[in-house]
Amino acid sequence: MYEANGEKYFVMDGHIHFWDASPANWVQGQEKYAKGWIECFHAYQSLGPPETHWPLEKFQKYSEEDFVHDVFEEGKVDVGVFQPTYLKSWYSTGFNTTEVNARLVEKYPDKLLVNGRWDPRDGEAGLRELEEDAERYGLKGVKLYTAEWRDGSRGWKLTDREAEPFLAKCEELGITNVHVHKGPTIWPLDKDAFDVADVDHVATDHPDLNFIVEHVGLPRIEDFCFMATQEPNVYAGLAVVTGALMHARPRFFAKVMGELLFWVGEDKMLFGSDYAIWEPRWQLDGLMAWDYPDDDYSDYPRWTTTAKKKVFGLNAAKLYGVDVPAELRLPDETPAARDDAQLVEDSA
Amino acid sequence: MRPHCGSSRNRAARPTRELAGSLRERVLDALATVYDPELDEPITELGFVTCCEVGADGDVAVRLRLPTSQCAPNFAFLMAADARDAVRGLPGVRTVGVVLEDHMTDDEINAAVARDGRFADAFPGETRGELHALRDVFRRKALVARQAGVCQALLVTGATPEAVTSLRVVDLPEDAEVRRCLHLRAALGIACDADAAAFVLADGRPVAAAELERWLRMAWLVRTSLESNGGLCRALLERRSGLEEVAV
Repeated sequence: MYEANGEKYFVMDGHIHFWDASPANWVQGQEKYAKGWIECFHAYQSLGPPETHWPLEKFQKYSEEDFVHDVFEEGKVDVGVFQPTYLKSWYSTGFNTTEVNARLVEKYPDKLLVNGRWDPRDGEAGLRELEEDAERYGLKGVKLYTAEWRDGSRGWKLTDREAEPFLAKCEELGITNVHVHKGPTIWPLDKDAFDVADVDHVATDHPDLNFIVEHVGLPRIEDFCFMATQEPNVYAGLAVVTGALMHARPRFFAKVMGELLFWVGEDKMLFGSDYAIWEPRWQLDGLMAWDYPDDDYSDYPRWTTTAKKKVFGLNAAKLYGVDVPAELRLPDETPAARDDAQLVEDSA
Repeated sequence: MRPHCGSSRNRAARPTRELAGSLRERVLDALATVYDPELDEPITELGFVTCCEVGADGDVAVRLRLPTSQCAPNFAFLMAADARDAVRGLPGVRTVGVVLEDHMTDDEINAAVARDGRFADAFPGETRGELHALRDVFRRKALVARQAGVCQALLVTGATPEAVTSLRVVDLPEDAEVRRCLHLRAALGIACDADAAAFVLADGRPVAAAELERWLRMAWLVRTSLESNGGLCRALLERRSGLEEVAV
């Protein structure tokens, strides 16, 4: 639980990792990619405040103690959701797998959830594996990384014919939360790999699934926002927006937050630290203290206490069916909180 | 001896203390016409040109470095190939070597650029076509984003939606932003003669007064996206350069 200014906030961190990117785990012959990947992440970490930077060696592989300290103790995270990224072409045992994440979930069952994954290129075997994982881990969500390389293939799209059985299987198994992460490569390479149009299609076709677009579609925020306004089951994962912009480029952070609150709205935005790229604490502190820098933003929705409560955890808790202690919920019948009412008066 | 950039990085690729009109200066001017297709900013202003060497015989060596090793391969290829093409035609230039460094697909891209190849040559079997359509998608985004700035500037001076949407190209201020808009329109095949509408939708149709507010709201979001992506790229590149300096 996070507490500030006499208010208590339920924190659900929708995007955390426990990875091993140490050189010992690099696939022989693929060192260039394994090294490049983790160093790219490490560069992203440097966009946070200097006191939160880690040396590369610790960043490649951190301990369970680090995790518990940074996420639960210092980070005040009530429930964290692991989002796996396998990358087995580059990392021998995988970069951040459901299997490894699940070992931590076993130790902290009330505080952690693990998501599964699937890849349409796995075909029938992949479907069976998804069923097994759903049973074994009690999956409520999956994380899909469309840019993952596999046997000479550099990625896939949700609209690929092979993906449909997996989406149907998610519905069947009650895996309702589909987190989508766009990356830099996708076949064919002459198309825009970050294009979110495929999410739009499948969100329409699968109204019972929730599609959480990680990193709000960065670097295609505009396409993401236009889509999210039209699709009731599309959500914005804030990971990277806060981590990369709030400290390093506060002016752009304000613009992006304003646009997200306007187009997507506070009911569909989910906090995610992207730990261990960035620790949750400074991001929560920053979001708590944040407001628009000047009057240029007067026609954007306000960042109220109610909005913070939803984005910090209540929205994600709803998606994952997590029970929130009564004192941390919003008052039931929502006559808007006082600051919301204030806004209505102001803008009237 | 052929010029080469060696391993020294982050050498300022700016024409400092050079004779006006020197070949290196002209090469740098040519590189300044190469735009990052995704951000619509010159690669020289973004700091992507880490080295530019010109030998006495007119052999030119250029090195490019992007903010991360994971930047999209298609845009990376476009910038390398565009840099090659921009420099190649200059009088006095004999050969051009453009090298993309520290990128996850640098081997493929450098080989194709060196042998004057197309994108499909860099990634055989992994593309369906060339990158014209992709480039145009981003030209349209850039046009929308830049027009939003120009339009907003007129509106804050008190111009009404009707007045703004009835403007012609000839009525627009003569500044760099407007010139870039017209350049993009020409590249997209959208009318840009003096009598053409000043503000157009992404598909080239004139913006109507009734739809101006909605168009601006959407255009502003595109602008925010491009600007924040540019900001993120610069922040990452600063960090990358900083790390190199420490390592050297």
